[in-house]
Amino acid sequence: MPSPRTIAIECLRYDPETDGAPRRQTYEVPFTDEMSVLQGLQYIKDHLDGSLTFRWSCRMAVCGSCGMMLNGVPALSCATFLRDYHPGGVRVDPLTHFPIVRDLVIDQDDFLRKLSSVKPYVIADKPRSVEEGPYRQTPAQMDDYYQYAQCINCLLCYAACPQYGLTPEFTGPAALALLHRYNADSRDGGRSERMQVINAEAGVWGCTLVGYCSQVCPKGVDPARAINQNKINSTKDYFRHWLMPWKSR
Amino acid sequence: MDATRTYVRPMRGWWRHNPYYRAYIVREMSALFVALYALVLLTGLFRLSQGRAAYDGWRAGLATPWAVAFHVIAFAFIAYHAWTWFAVMPKTLPFVRVGGRRVDDRTIITAGAVAAVCAELVLFALVWWTRP
Amino acid sequence: MKRSNKPIFWSLFGAGGTLAALVGPMLVLITGVLVPLGLLLPADTMSFERMRAFAQNGFGKATIFVVITLLLFHGFHRLYHCLHDFGVHVGPGLKAAFHGCAIAGTAATVFLLARIA
Repeated sequence: MPSPRTIAIECLRYDPETDGAPRRQTYEVPFTDEMSVLQGLQYIKDHLDGSLTFRWSCRMAVCGSCGMMLNGVPALSCATFLRDYHPGGVRVDPLTHFPIVRDLVIDQDDFLRKLSSVKPYVIADKPRSVEEGPYRQTPAQMDDYYQYAQCINCLLCYAACPQYGLTPEFTGPAALALLHRYNADSRDGGRSERMQVINAEAGVWGCTLVGYCSQVCPKGVDPARAINQNKINSTKDYFRHWLMPWKSR
Repeated sequence: MDATRTYVRPMRGWWRHNPYYRAYIVREMSALFVALYALVLLTGLFRLSQGRAAYDGWRAGLATPWAVAFHVIAFAFIAYHAWTWFAVMPKTLPFVRVGGRRVDDRTIITAGAVAAVCAELVLFALVWWTRP
Repeated sequence: MKRSNKPIFWSLFGAGGTLAALVGPMLVLITGVLVPLGLLLPADTMSFERMRAFAQNGFGKATIFVVITLLLFHGFHRLYHCLHDFGVHVGPGLKAAFHGCAIAGTAATVFLLARIA
């Protein structure tokens, strides 16, 4: 039986208890055409080096756990295939712009704080009781926010965003896209509560429309659009605030 | 999470190795030529206010090889600016709907590019028809 | 979170960018290449008499003012952000310097246009 093809998977390794700085380790992994990069990492952990540490869960691009840098590009390791990196091999790094906890695992706390800050839930405009029945929306109303609701919090957009890397206070693509998702929902009346986040220097104004976030998003959320639409809203709010302070939101 | 010794990677040279980032930097640097061109015009205005001799000196300067070369490069960068400006324009607009259907980004970009080409031609035509 | 003052500069940046995108290339071509070299358009298109008359005329003044000031605000705002992108620590001093250049250029334009009565 012919020996299977192998591919070189070069992983960043970092053990906070023993390493001062990250190092790299390359593994030769046998692979078949259907194998994802995640499966390659799982092979390493199961057969070659049990200490390799990485996050994963659903294996089907809906949970957002397995985000990594593959040859310098943010991607979901479960949704990219080893065959596409053969024969050159693939360099696997943890998502850029986040502190490395260990190996390919990053510290997401900053994102989680920012996510809470945008109040990512419907603040009902006209609350309905159970007896009144469900909120109703036309297809056009749902179309206004649907794509922004597809976010799986995988953080590829944060790894893509150089402004987040340069200015860590920046609220960032996913959090701002989710902020817009709720503002754009016809059931929601919480726009004024979220305005403060939008208007801040670290809000929409931290974005310079690099646009790479929307390019790498595996779900078509288009955070660049969500953020930049709100520059107009923020500008309107700014002039309203100065010219008509009695109308402040 | 405990205060584990996490490792923070530096941002130095972040734009060098990714073609998407390199294109972004070129786009942003086009602003240098916009600013410089505005300063060229401002200088011309200043010379105009100083009288014929000063202004004619500025005009002669514009005809030198260095000045023409600068403007050719500025033209290239500002044309790139124009192209990228319309390419990102859809991202700055709310969803545009015509007859209930969303107008897609490609249409918006094309409309912008067509508007720009028309504006450029109108400008040239105006200058052409009023030429001495 | 403190409200950012970006909207003012962003609006000017956007207006300048749109102007530059719509007529910038042709303006540069005409004033910087065609007219100085006398290609397609005679070199005298920008003669002293014609430009003086243009700058004395109300429409001409408005055009010159809009073009110079909007391009200045666009250029300097984006250049300021470029510095930040290159890793330069941009504090309020640099911000004031860059936007100050645009403001100074605007003031100069107004002053000069007023002088060319």
